[in-house]
Amino acid sequence: MTIATSSKAASVTFRNVKKVYGRDVLAVDDISLHIEPGKLVTLLGPSGCGKTTTLRMIAGLEMATEGQILIGDTDVTKLPATDRDVSMVFQSYALFPHMNVLENVSYGLKFSGFNKAETRERALAGLDLVGLNGYGDRLPSELSGGQQQRVAVARALVLEPQVLLFDEPLSNLDAKLRRQVREEIRDIQQNLGLTVVYVTHDQEEALAVSDRIVVMRNAQIAQEGSPRDLYELPNDAFVADFIGEANLMPCSIESVDNDVATISIGSYRHRLPARGMAPGAATLAVRPSRVELKADMSENSMTAKVVKATYVGSHMEYTVETESGTLFAVSGNVSSIFEAGASVAMNFAESGPVLLPKS
Amino acid sequence: MQSPSKKTFPVLIFWIIVGWVGFLILPWYGIEDFWTFEWLVDGYPLDSDYAPGIFLIAQGEKLWLTPLLLPLIGGLFAYRLGKEHALYANILILAGAFGFAWLIAQGFGIGLRGWSYDWLEAIFGPLDDRQFGMGYGAMLVSACFLFLLTQGIAARGAVNGDVFVVSSIGFVIAVVGVFVFFPIARMLIAAFITEEGSYSVSVFFSKFLSNRLWGLGCLSGGKCGAAWNSLALAVLVGFLTTVLGLVFALVVTRSGFRHKRLLRALTVLPIITPPFVIGLALILLFGLSGSVTVWVSDLFGIQPTRWVYGMPGVLIAQLLAFTPIAFLVLIGVVEGVSPSMEEAAQTLRASKWQVFRTVSLPLMRPGLANAFLLGFIESMADFGNPLVLGGNFDVLSTEIFFAIVGAQYDQGRAAVLAIVLLAFTLSAFYAQRFWLGKKSYTTVSGKGDSGIHPHMPNRLAIPVFISAGVWALFTIVIYVMIVYGSFVELWGVNDTLTFKHYVTAFSVRMDAEGLRWTGSAWNSFWTTVQIAALAAPLTAAVGLITAYLLTRQTFIGKNAFEFGTMLSFAIPGTVIGVSYILAFNVPPIELTGTGVILIVSFIFRNMPVGVRAGIASMSQLDKSLDESSLTLGANSAQTFRLVILPLLRPAILAALVYSFVRAMTAISAVIFLVSAEYDMATSYIIGRVENNDYGLAIAYSTALIFVMLLAIAILQLAVGKTNIGRRMSQPKP
Repeated sequence: MTIATSSKAASVTFRNVKKVYGRDVLAVDDISLHIEPGKLVTLLGPSGCGKTTTLRMIAGLEMATEGQILIGDTDVTKLPATDRDVSMVFQSYALFPHMNVLENVSYGLKFSGFNKAETRERALAGLDLVGLNGYGDRLPSELSGGQQQRVAVARALVLEPQVLLFDEPLSNLDAKLRRQVREEIRDIQQNLGLTVVYVTHDQEEALAVSDRIVVMRNAQIAQEGSPRDLYELPNDAFVADFIGEANLMPCSIESVDNDVATISIGSYRHRLPARGMAPGAATLAVRPSRVELKADMSENSMTAKVVKATYVGSHMEYTVETESGTLFAVSGNVSSIFEAGASVAMNFAESGPVLLPKS
Repeated sequence: MQSPSKKTFPVLIFWIIVGWVGFLILPWYGIEDFWTFEWLVDGYPLDSDYAPGIFLIAQGEKLWLTPLLLPLIGGLFAYRLGKEHALYANILILAGAFGFAWLIAQGFGIGLRGWSYDWLEAIFGPLDDRQFGMGYGAMLVSACFLFLLTQGIAARGAVNGDVFVVSSIGFVIAVVGVFVFFPIARMLIAAFITEEGSYSVSVFFSKFLSNRLWGLGCLSGGKCGAAWNSLALAVLVGFLTTVLGLVFALVVTRSGFRHKRLLRALTVLPIITPPFVIGLALILLFGLSGSVTVWVSDLFGIQPTRWVYGMPGVLIAQLLAFTPIAFLVLIGVVEGVSPSMEEAAQTLRASKWQVFRTVSLPLMRPGLANAFLLGFIESMADFGNPLVLGGNFDVLSTEIFFAIVGAQYDQGRAAVLAIVLLAFTLSAFYAQRFWLGKKSYTTVSGKGDSGIHPHMPNRLAIPVFISAGVWALFTIVIYVMIVYGSFVELWGVNDTLTFKHYVTAFSVRMDAEGLRWTGSAWNSFWTTVQIAALAAPLTAAVGLITAYLLTRQTFIGKNAFEFGTMLSFAIPGTVIGVSYILAFNVPPIELTGTGVILIVSFIFRNMPVGVRAGIASMSQLDKSLDESSLTLGANSAQTFRLVILPLLRPAILAALVYSFVRAMTAISAVIFLVSAEYDMATSYIIGRVENNDYGLAIAYSTALIFVMLLAIAILQLAVGKTNIGRRMSQPKP
């Protein structure tokens, strides 16, 4: 591998950045963000939340209306894309259809001051890195979707940019390939120590590849943290439901003792970390896998009725009805299952449920 | 639910009835005027001019029509057997093929003077009978045979046994064969006919190698041959219109220019402007008594010259006329370059200029090639401007015209010139394909292009804006001159303003008999409107059916089929004109002097546009739409009518108006095909120009431009209200 471990990887900093389209379409609203060098950070959110605009502002394809953007220690706010040391893998790959694979990969090198021999050597090394040795003479139209994607990655990688950007790179691939390609992207990123900013709307993909995730909603940052933080300690109902599924149910905090809250849902009681909340109304978020169904009632359990039972191979999916609402539950036990219509006892796992502010 | 066999029978019954009606009831031979029905009271059905086929045979005349009874009965026989019978398909194929072949054979074998060929007389002995061109009866019978044949082929399982598709293919092949290939073939043959009527290769070469065609005198101060002139002019026009078209396209799509709609309006101009009108305006400006000429000669004391007559004038006129066409082609291509390509190049450290040179421009190559080809062909085919401005600068299109209508009346020479012209345009067609090569220019994956086009780099923007500004100003001046010139008494001599020309052309009078159209232009005006209005729906129909077959069906020989239907695009109008006279002047299809030949020529001249428009919008409709309709129990004809057509309304309207307007402004083919009775507006105007009656010519042209603006405005209104409820753009990811 001739592409050296990147010593150029730089941080990205947003200071109160705002982007307004036309007169009053607010795409990004006062975002401040710091991305550390050598990390893979995902911008995650539903359509239209401003994640792609944020990415394009890093690339220099959109200019910030207000605020400051820094790459490393340099202020690049006013710098056009050409002059930023950033490269990007586009959702549509944007491979030049009139050039072959090698020409595509060499394209950026030609404008970076390398001589012909170096350009060729680096381009070939780039193709080698993504496992496309010997494909240099093909046209993009002669490659499969996965191969095109790798060419796009190689084309961006060979420039050894300070920051590498991915705009929903897997959305044009089929499900099986997605897992493989995202692992490859993660491997390359870790091996070369690259700073990568990655945009996706797929929470599973985000959890799998990221060092940190920035969840966006309505042009703002909803929460930022490590994948585990976001999954286990979401700040609010939006994040809880967007990252993994969650059953959200109203509850009331009866008492707080030593930051351990006792909550009640109907007659059901549960103890969990209070996260600084005071007694009163709140929302409980429970992942489907943390909902436990049993045949026999025990002292602390709710009665529930199975409305729907679906066998999906690796696990069972249940929809159950309780006096406090309908819940979605997942059970790994596929050997003894409940039929629809059965009455069961339900309780929540000891750890896992989290308290959220009342929504 | 009906059984499948019953479903197909109405179609079969229909065509059998059509065939018998054609044979038993309608007059077999052509009648002077296609649309009149005098024959009903004029000796029908016994008079042999008007008699149906069966009466002719019964009276012992035209006995060579008798064998046609056999296939007609064959159709009935197949119906009796029913679709399940093993012989059903074979009988239909046999009946259709034999009937069709016999019709063609007797049509060509026996003409106005008995046997058409000496060897037929040698075999069958002298024949003291003759026949005229085919009429209603023959037309229906041949249609019957054609569709018996296609139904037979469908019954054999071709194209999944789809009667509608097979019949459509058969229909398109038949009409394109008759109205495109047959005339061209006739013309090729005519080039080899000597004055005595025998065939000779040397005749072709003596005309082909003539100095008037290939002379190189202009290199040493003399005159060059028409072929070289045409070629040089066409290459220049093709190149320059492409450059200018690109300039305008860049202004509209890659700059902060605010009045883009204004520039887009420019694209409408060439469509509604009769081609020679620009030439007239140039004469008003730069002719011997033109405004600019007079002004310059007063200012500098220079003797006025006739510089504008000849290559410079024709070149300027064609550039003005055809630049908007190049713009029209290029704007789609320039916009079509995926923004993410250019953004990707930018993030890969290419400067704006490098992006333009290495990515944008190469991706526009197909558009540039297309624009060049269009400019080249339009220039080659242009007849009006060289006629008005050519002076001593001979080009092929005018030479062809003078060979046919001039004192020389030499059909052979016209045919040879037309072949040279055709060879040039077809070579350009192939050169274009060759240049584009096998490389792919389409975006590989169409999903998720949300970017915006970057602006032009400065080193490009400055020259682009200057040339666009100068050219736009020039165009505006030209059009102002056209309108202004129509109100001037006698240009350069008597500059008083007057309505005289409009009165001469378009006066109406009320008297005892009601409204009377007394203006001299009304006759040709109404003929033009009538013929254009008849041609437009037919053009759209043939074009869209062809587009449907090309985009939605797969069948053997599809590539050849596509080539055939697009061929008439590469055939200049002048060539169409000549070949139509040569082909349709004599039986079996006699059309010259009628309005029908004008309509037919418009249909096949403008069909490629209908096809292109149809293909463009049909390829945007997902094929799953048809498939879902088919699985829901509709057949392909119903699918086409109920699903495809409604979704294609914008394309249909565009094809309609385009062919209507083109029919009103066309001149190159029309000039050969008009007759005293069917005079078209454009040929009438050219006639006025030849009489130096510029005022009337310009007034008439101005009126035409406004009529067509009106037509386009009506279209805009209609299309604007068409809501097919499709999402116009993808949501932002």
